[in-house]
Amino acid sequence: MKSPILQSATKYLLPILLLFSFFLLLRGHYYPGGGFVGGLVASIAFVLHSFANGTEATMKILKHKPLSLIPVGLAISTVSVTIPMLFGLPAMTGLWLEEPIPVIGMIGSSLFFDLGVYLVVIGVVLTILFTISLNNLEEKN
Amino acid sequence: MIDNYILAPVFIHLFTAIAQLMAWRKTVTQRVMSVIGSSLGVLLAIRLFTKVYHSGILTMNSSNWDAPFGIVFVADLLSSTLVLITSLAALAVSLFSATGLSRQRMLYGYFPIFHFLVMGLNGAFLTGDIFNLYVWFEVIIISSFVLMTLGGRKAQLEGAVKYMAMNILASTFFLTGIGILYGITGTLNMADLALKIKLVENQSLVGITACFFLIGFGIKSAVFPLYYWLPSSYHTPPSAVAATFGGLLTKVGIYAIIRVFSLIFIPDEFTKNLLMALAILTIVTGSLGALIKVNIRRLFSYLIVCHIGFMVGGIAMFTKVALMGTIFYLFHDILVKTNMFLIAGLIRQMRGTMNMKSLGGLYAQYPKISLLIAIVLFSLVGIPPLSGFWPKVYLFQASFTNGQYIFAAALILGSFVTLYTIANMWSEVFWKDVPAGVEVDNKFEPMPLFRKILLVLPIGLLGCVTLYVGLNAEAIIVLVDKISDQLISTQPYIEAVLGKQN
Amino acid sequence: MELLLIILIGLLYGAGVYLILRRSMVKLLLGIMLLGSGANILIFLLGGITKGKPPVIDEKAKLFQDIFADPIPQALILTAIVISFALTAFAIVLLKRVYALVNSDDLDDLNTNEEEDI
Repeated sequence: MKSPILQSATKYLLPILLLFSFFLLLRGHYYPGGGFVGGLVASIAFVLHSFANGTEATMKILKHKPLSLIPVGLAISTVSVTIPMLFGLPAMTGLWLEEPIPVIGMIGSSLFFDLGVYLVVIGVVLTILFTISLNNLEEKN
Repeated sequence: MIDNYILAPVFIHLFTAIAQLMAWRKTVTQRVMSVIGSSLGVLLAIRLFTKVYHSGILTMNSSNWDAPFGIVFVADLLSSTLVLITSLAALAVSLFSATGLSRQRMLYGYFPIFHFLVMGLNGAFLTGDIFNLYVWFEVIIISSFVLMTLGGRKAQLEGAVKYMAMNILASTFFLTGIGILYGITGTLNMADLALKIKLVENQSLVGITACFFLIGFGIKSAVFPLYYWLPSSYHTPPSAVAATFGGLLTKVGIYAIIRVFSLIFIPDEFTKNLLMALAILTIVTGSLGALIKVNIRRLFSYLIVCHIGFMVGGIAMFTKVALMGTIFYLFHDILVKTNMFLIAGLIRQMRGTMNMKSLGGLYAQYPKISLLIAIVLFSLVGIPPLSGFWPKVYLFQASFTNGQYIFAAALILGSFVTLYTIANMWSEVFWKDVPAGVEVDNKFEPMPLFRKILLVLPIGLLGCVTLYVGLNAEAIIVLVDKISDQLISTQPYIEAVLGKQN
Repeated sequence: MELLLIILIGLLYGAGVYLILRRSMVKLLLGIMLLGSGANILIFLLGGITKGKPPVIDEKAKLFQDIFADPIPQALILTAIVISFALTAFAIVLLKRVYALVNSDDLDDLNTNEEEDI
């Protein structure tokens, strides 16, 4: 599907959707949102790009394989889960900085957990979709 | 007592898996990491077990939420022993898969997924929250799907489709049961459920919920009308994977049945009769299936089904002696069944086939390894004083004192068929000469000594543990006695989770 | 509202079971997905429906004065959706590979003989 309208629309939609996904990620602590939803929105942005320009073009702008996001995300989440154990608290207890940071708001260990989930979701969704669509391309050729 | 230590056996496998994902496609590094991670897992599990054995039930409220509201992890004797045995089996499998697996599968991420699977198993044993149990079950089945399909021959995909469909169905039943349970009690914490379920006015709805759980866990543990997926899928994946599945996955179902029915739905007369009928039919169908199979792994799959019946029957009687038998059998079964599939893998390496008709001559060629295997086969059959013998004593005793003569007959049938099939297998595979006209494809002989040791070592390791369990049965019986006490009087469990009740 | 949801749950479960019993792989997949949705709505219904109230309590409130929705069923459903997302994605990839290998949608074509075992 190569439509010039979609192609030029994606050029602007991709950054906006990524920004929106980041907004959802940060908003998740007190309002609806969070790592999973943010990750889905971000991967939808890339999926839209691959619809418009083909899967190869999307892989080119990603530079790295989406698979490599999974261990990074898992590691961030796991570290944020285990850090409270170093302070003698039960695992997964939220640790918060005293003062809020401008724009981002309160920062705590659960933000890093969400960040990990965000990366894992992007990695998993894009890996699955690329696997399916690349198989299709190979079959066609 | 609150203790962070409970989660260590879960986290060690998670860390190992993440480290292996970082070392993607470096198969040698992954193998070393896997063995190190599993060994550390065994050490941590031993520490957890000794802690629980000496200082009683440990709990941990995750995120510091108080007990009935947050997710709580509980390590009582049953779960910590199962974590220990699972870690031992996992160590054996990761040693075996370091050489017994094709490089192609390792490139597709066999090791990280395997460690996710073991993490899921440990989590399922340790959680004290029914929905969290569901989540761990899903971790287990998603990892097992991937392990099952790695490789992708036609037969393997066939097994995977059946396995996937039945397991997703089981999860849906389980989820439906959880939904109804939450609707009628308003809590998900198992200890809290144990208290609240007695106050529900509509007890017939509780019975229906119990049936949902029974069907869900029944599919997972392969009891009688729901077992068909097991023999048609367990013979397809590589042997290291089949060992994990055959040894551990169905046993999680049995663990869940024991946990849920001892804590939440205390069996009434109807449930007991239902479970007993299921147990007897499971034993009979499993042994009938085992009689006609010529492929070693298909034979073992039916033996798994047959022996699941032993354990379900023990739960059905729900007396102390019966539970002692069931739990002892559960420990023995995990060790032996894992080992059986590893042995099948070793035979495959030595002969390139698992069809008994074209096997033979193993005893003449490898007498020492054959003797090692014989110990495992004997303890599966239950020759005294090996580990399969002691739990059967308790099961027989319980079935006679409770007047369950049909179950006793089924036990005799099951044991006899096991003896017959294993003796048949021994003579076909080990004693008989290689049949004329069969080309032997021996991959084991040209291997360097190090790889040979790595293949035989896990079988020896599990065999030694089996021997220990059998010869040191007195200590195990003391342990099993304590466990069944904890299962029958649940007050200590509830108090450990929720604090002192008024 | 409850009655509507009950009928919907019945429909979803019924349709799901019917589709799973068919021989087609695609229908199997659809059936599994319908059953999952049915289970999710069941949790939603049995958790008690509170109309128009979020499961969020005001930051400053010291007491639960207002009616608020139970957050647990929503958390459960969210988790179940995430899990079924992963399962469905995996099932699609698996069934696609099966289709590429067998070139048929019929599950009966997938059966292999026992003689072909290794």
